[in-house]
Amino acid sequence: MILSVIATTALLVLSLFSFISMKDETVTYSMSAWSLPYGIVLVQDALTSFILVMVSIISFTSLIFSIQYIRHLSMDWKYYSLFMLLVTGMNGVIITGDFFNLYVFMEIALFSAFALVAYGSRAEEFEAAFKYAVMGSVSSFLILAGIAVTYSATSTLTMAKVAEVLPSIDQKVIFWIGALFMAGFVLKAAAMPFHAWLPDAHSSAPAPISSMLSGVLIKALGIYVMIRIFYNVFNAPEIFTEIFLVLGTISIIIGVFLAIGQWDMKRLLAYHSISQIGYILLGMGIATPLGILGAVFHLFNHAIFKSLLFYNAGSVEMALGTRDLRKMGNLMKTLPTTSQTSLIASLSISGIPPFNGFISKLIIIIAALQAGLPWYAVFAIIGSLLTLASFMKVQRYGFKGETTVESVENKVGWRMKTAMIILAVLCVATSLMIVPGIQEVTLDPVVKVIADKTEYIQLVLGGMNGN
Amino acid sequence: MIVYLLCFVLLLVGLYGVITKRDLIKIILSIGILGYAVNFLLILFAYRKDSVYPILAKGKEVAQMVDPLPQALVLTSIVIELGTTAMLVALAIKLFEKYQTFDITQIRRLKG
Repeated sequence: MILSVIATTALLVLSLFSFISMKDETVTYSMSAWSLPYGIVLVQDALTSFILVMVSIISFTSLIFSIQYIRHLSMDWKYYSLFMLLVTGMNGVIITGDFFNLYVFMEIALFSAFALVAYGSRAEEFEAAFKYAVMGSVSSFLILAGIAVTYSATSTLTMAKVAEVLPSIDQKVIFWIGALFMAGFVLKAAAMPFHAWLPDAHSSAPAPISSMLSGVLIKALGIYVMIRIFYNVFNAPEIFTEIFLVLGTISIIIGVFLAIGQWDMKRLLAYHSISQIGYILLGMGIATPLGILGAVFHLFNHAIFKSLLFYNAGSVEMALGTRDLRKMGNLMKTLPTTSQTSLIASLSISGIPPFNGFISKLIIIIAALQAGLPWYAVFAIIGSLLTLASFMKVQRYGFKGETTVESVENKVGWRMKTAMIILAVLCVATSLMIVPGIQEVTLDPVVKVIADKTEYIQLVLGGMNGN
Repeated sequence: MIVYLLCFVLLLVGLYGVITKRDLIKIILSIGILGYAVNFLLILFAYRKDSVYPILAKGKEVAQMVDPLPQALVLTSIVIELGTTAMLVALAIKLFEKYQTFDITQIRRLKG
């Protein structure tokens, strides 16, 4: 436990340091000193370090939150080792520059995720974990098939090399590869037609794990890899960005409709994850620098407020022993920290100024209008209003209900409170990232990496020759 | 060409099983078939006609060997697949303990 706290703290500090110090350089490292055509290469550029910072923040707070939360389940050390494996897998996926290595790290992250979903060992949890494991393996095999076709078409597995070779091969082959990757990674990211496993898995896991899964796992394994492959390797062909647009919009609308009907708090939050992933995909699909800015910013913001909401749900569950919104009541007196941070997070996710969710959604909507896609903007606004409605419901029934709850089963300890307060402060603080001057050092390098598309080849391969 | 088609058919058999079967064990087996199909695809891509095993000895030409890299990849992916199967079987055993059945139509406490 202490070891894992030290490790995540170190990761947080290191990733923040590298993010601030790197600006828009690209650092590469060949594993075991094999030079590039043969070896595996690790790549760190602005996008990588940005996502690493996000993962580190959420894993750090999740771990702090877990210390008390996980004590009422059995066997601490297993939990912490699985947790660290999950972090390893995600960091590996983010930092690698090689297709097969990506697959291996993805499996590491997925395995620990399956085990952690089933950690509470109740019947529903096994059911959810089985569903998740089946969907996860099918999508992994699709991705592996995609990797196989890529290798046969380009004779290399390094992403930068593949990107270099791709323009010279047949367009049809590119579409095949793209289709296989798209199917696999959209399953991982749980966009709308492929979402069935997400509400079960995310609502059954222990609360800190839900926040890891919803907050960062679907983004690291799904969205980030899609950005990397379809922008940096495939040079963002029109047909795939169209798919992003359509899937994103469907996810926004249907995800939020399904969320409104839920009474289980964690399930409601899980459906909102689908809807918010839709916003990110929409931003990616618009494919103008402004749209990408919105998508990247929303990626970060969603990680923060969705994790915070899951912590709230977890502490309510621990204090009252229920997740049903109808059984909650006025918690302002008994759980002041939880209800206040949940108010901040709810306002943030429904896009109320001055919180971060408002700004990133606004950017995405403006970008859609500028790119001449008014209907997508309308759908995004409708989705945002419905989000507001469903979080009004959470606040109305869950935290400000008529019956005042006087007694609680378990007290929410200071560690859980710390985790929630950190994220609540970040909810407000990250909206500063858009202020001119701060934006240039935080978000702009990230957008530049994505918008430059296959400039990635020069950055990676050029760096190799320089060494 | 016919081998590729057969490989694709194997992949479809796996997918069909995952989608339509109701028994947990059959679903796990279908995932295994799906995995074999993908591994087989990798091996097929490495195959060169009239070539030998990829061990570089004296007096042997590189051009006559099959591609060794996909074979290394397949080894890794077989190990990962073993892990997946073990995980799924463990979950299936636990599910049987809780529900006393392998039928997925009766294992549905989660919905909505």
